[in-house]
Amino acid sequence: MARRHHDLGGLPAGPVDQTEHALSDWEILADAVNQALGEKKIKRTDEMRRAREDMDSELYRALSYYERWIASMETILTEKKIFTSEEIDRKVAAFEKKWGEP
Amino acid sequence: MGMDRSDVHHAADTGEDHPHPKHELGYYAKRIYAIRDLLIEKGVLTQDDIQRQIDYQEARSPANGAQLVARAWVDPAFKKRLIDDPKATCAEMGIDAASINEFVVLENTERVRHLVVCTLCSCYPRPILGRPPDWYKSLNYRSRAVNDPRGVMREFGQELPDDVEVRVHDSTADIRYLVLPLRPRGTEGMSEKELATLVTRDSMIGVVDPLAPQ
Amino acid sequence: MESPRFKPGERVRVRAEDHPGHIRTPFYVRGKAGWIERVYGDFLNPEALAYGKDGLPEKTLYLVGFDQKEVWGQYPAGSQDKLFVDIYDHWLEPA
Repeated sequence: MARRHHDLGGLPAGPVDQTEHALSDWEILADAVNQALGEKKIKRTDEMRRAREDMDSELYRALSYYERWIASMETILTEKKIFTSEEIDRKVAAFEKKWGEP
Repeated sequence: MGMDRSDVHHAADTGEDHPHPKHELGYYAKRIYAIRDLLIEKGVLTQDDIQRQIDYQEARSPANGAQLVARAWVDPAFKKRLIDDPKATCAEMGIDAASINEFVVLENTERVRHLVVCTLCSCYPRPILGRPPDWYKSLNYRSRAVNDPRGVMREFGQELPDDVEVRVHDSTADIRYLVLPLRPRGTEGMSEKELATLVTRDSMIGVVDPLAPQ
Repeated sequence: MESPRFKPGERVRVRAEDHPGHIRTPFYVRGKAGWIERVYGDFLNPEALAYGKDGLPEKTLYLVGFDQKEVWGQYPAGSQDKLFVDIYDHWLEPA
């Protein structure tokens, strides 16, 4: 029986980091979009969880909480053919062009 | 809490105005703005849908839970109603718990303390308490709350004697748990409003007892 | 609706099995024995909901209690500490 990367109960682990960070606006947006999609029954929380469980394990551990949410949102919404990853890529490229170089 | 009103408003804008340099946004941050725009363009969500969620979330905070706890401390009949039918009792207080499928209140006593965790993800009674703290969602908390609850509590400053029973609840399904902390000693005669100030978010997760009176 | 298979107080064991897909029964509790603390009622099956299915037929959800000593083996001696997990009917068998 193999333990999957999200199934953490009882694993050896270090101290609990109690620092809290104020949410960035993109995190607030991720949270709100996720809730809105649920409210409109576009997707279920169970599907999002499944997507995170199926992620690459190293990526799961490396990403922050809302980054994981955004990754699973992309997986589920493309699975449901609401849009494609390529459409997301094109939008991001357009943003980057508009926002310019640092 | 973090974000003020103007920063929160920016989150729902159609990509025109971000409060920090846009080119510094990370890979996933850029993608959520793209996802948001695509969902709106394709008519899946509206701006209003998203703003409503932002506003709803802003209105949720541990103050809601503290209100429930303080009332339960002063009114035994209310406490019984809170434990027997938490959703209806929240509605009594004007707290909107309708979106919780099922909700259970865990009463702490001199003999028993409860601790809530979601080892598999981050389930939390958001409609009552707002968003969970980072530490609740952390890999270390999710790992250790179930097999070392006393060690975790110790890190938060809570040392419990051996004759107190610790009960950990791993919320693996649709039930959301709220700890009803033990009323601190020396609080006789305090008003409900004063009592509510002793009820911290962390005491309703169960990792510590509420604050002692001044 | 059928009446629940288990009643509060009954001893149960979590099935020591595994299968691919979305599972809400934590690894640490598989094969462990405990008791039914509470019957929560019937809920749509998350294992199916996770794949866009309707989650029917509903499964009875139980609050299952365990002695910490039973779950971990190594747990401070003399402790009465307990662990409670919300577990669906098809993951439980009589102990």
